[in-house]
Amino acid sequence: MAAFIQLFVSGLATGAIYALVAVGFMLLWQTSQTINFAQGEFVMIPAFFVLWAIKILGVGFWPAVGIAVLASLLILGLLFKRAIVDPMLKHGVLPLVISTIALSIFLKEAVKDFYSSQAQPFQAMIPSEDLHLFGAVISSQSIFILLIASAAVLGLNKLLNGTRLGRAMQATAQNPSVARILGIPVERMIMYTFLINALLVALASLMISPIYLAKFTNGDTLGLAAFIAAIVGGFNQVRGAIVGGLILGVIENLAAAYISAQYRGAIPLILLIVVILWRPQGLMGRAEERTV
Amino acid sequence: MMDFLTSRAFKGTVFALLMVGLIVLPFFLRPFGLLLIAMWMVHAVAALGLNLTLGYAGQISMAQGAFVGIGAYCTGLMTLAGVPYPIAFLCSGVLCFGIGWILGYPALRVQHHYLAFVTLAFSTLVFLIMRNEEWLTNGIYGLTDIPRPILFGWNTGKAQDFYFFTLLMTSILAFCVWWIIRSPWGRAFVALRENPVRALSLGVDTRRYTLMAFAMGSSIGGFAGALYAPLVQFFEPNSFSLTLSLKLLLMVIVGGAGTFFGPFIGAATEVLLPEWLRIAQGYYLIIYAMLVMILMMFCPTGIIGLGERFISHLRQKKISSERSAQAEAMGQDKAGNNGGAGQ
Repeated sequence: MAAFIQLFVSGLATGAIYALVAVGFMLLWQTSQTINFAQGEFVMIPAFFVLWAIKILGVGFWPAVGIAVLASLLILGLLFKRAIVDPMLKHGVLPLVISTIALSIFLKEAVKDFYSSQAQPFQAMIPSEDLHLFGAVISSQSIFILLIASAAVLGLNKLLNGTRLGRAMQATAQNPSVARILGIPVERMIMYTFLINALLVALASLMISPIYLAKFTNGDTLGLAAFIAAIVGGFNQVRGAIVGGLILGVIENLAAAYISAQYRGAIPLILLIVVILWRPQGLMGRAEERTV
Repeated sequence: MMDFLTSRAFKGTVFALLMVGLIVLPFFLRPFGLLLIAMWMVHAVAALGLNLTLGYAGQISMAQGAFVGIGAYCTGLMTLAGVPYPIAFLCSGVLCFGIGWILGYPALRVQHHYLAFVTLAFSTLVFLIMRNEEWLTNGIYGLTDIPRPILFGWNTGKAQDFYFFTLLMTSILAFCVWWIIRSPWGRAFVALRENPVRALSLGVDTRRYTLMAFAMGSSIGGFAGALYAPLVQFFEPNSFSLTLSLKLLLMVIVGGAGTFFGPFIGAATEVLLPEWLRIAQGYYLIIYAMLVMILMMFCPTGIIGLGERFISHLRQKKISSERSAQAEAMGQDKAGNNGGAGQ
């Protein structure tokens, strides 16, 4: 039982990070039909912003974190939208998919060539301690991640449902033409979702890099996990992505321990295929109308 | 000049020159160069298959690399067990045809990004099986010393002989694809891509053709794998990871999806270009990724589309210059007539 609790909590923590990444992924899809295949690399990069800042500017950890968040907003938010998504939107979904695949190669190679191809140790935001709860040993990291992720999700929820700005963003996602008629600055709302995504991936990066170590290939698994979480939960609901992320994190951990460590990576994929075939709109999602 | 660029004769000439080049080239190249060009052909065949599924039938698939892998393992394992190569070759194609057909079923239910993720998941699953099922695939150690075939007394063991064998098989497979595209099948695929509802109402059995598009594209991927196995003679699961599927997808789109020669050009940018750009060394992938992003921005129809655009630009220039010359001539005529009427 103690082992089960341990696995469950650490699974929840990983799942919470997946959820953050999946929420950002889904926001981009909703507001601008961007399937961001570089989302995993977006999580990998901010950790290297921190390392770069420490190495080149010689600043301490926390100022470096500040610089990294700022850099994420500028590069992964603003620049990504202006330079890559905006010019491509008129061409439809597939060219944009190809472009983001190319972007993911670009980011990976850039880190490999200009920083290092080795895994880099990364400082955790709080010191790591083991807590003893009901006989189970739980890392303070896990609890910290869960708290931060919950705070982020609650804050996002408050923003989306509790404020005028958030309503305007939702309207933009649901029907851009009508939103425009209602006087909502659609372009600016889309930009906000890109900035929110940049913040979410930066947060995820700061929390996961101490666990996985910062490495240029980290994005591969994280990106895949985010897709799966978004689809399993439901592509058109924020809470869907959260539920999807948590389920995925927990299942992955339990499957590795109780079913097969070798096929640890396979269980989420099978889950994905089953969900897509059985409930394409996701566990929590609404069915989207088909257009002719 | 411009008309010549789009004419059949021009395409025929280019094609003939290319073929002559591919036949003569081996006598001037070292074994590494031969291997490289053979690699290009194998990748082009795999991309041709994906182009059938993606470019013509409009069904996005991120699993073509997995089919190349299945084909390679099938042929590798069978020939290592002593089965004659032609039988192993056919088995690879048939096996991939069957698996591709099954993979087509999700496409009946979901489209676009969902389909992309189902195929992506499939690709990763195949990779995991190749890596973990050691009793069958020898796990991470891969397959070694795969024999090259002896056909009708022709031993293809040497690099040059195998090069010609690859060229022959590529030509046959490319001809098959060309024939499929021109046949009613190809037209049905395009109808499926352009407007599935309309295709259905016109009596195209969209269900069957969707499955067929997947099955045919996959089986050609399997044939590519069957050529790959004796070409490299050693491979391991990492050769067929998701990266290969994404690479093949990039090849098709960069070359020009839905055009016959697109995959060949796309494969060249992935296989041949890095070798010629040795100066760029480790930075090649960065440069390549940037070029792809720029290409997609300005010309989502790929390199073939870029070429077509250039030709139509030239032609328009010619037409407009002809027109202005004509207008000038007419204007002079008119002026002359008016002058005459006035008198």
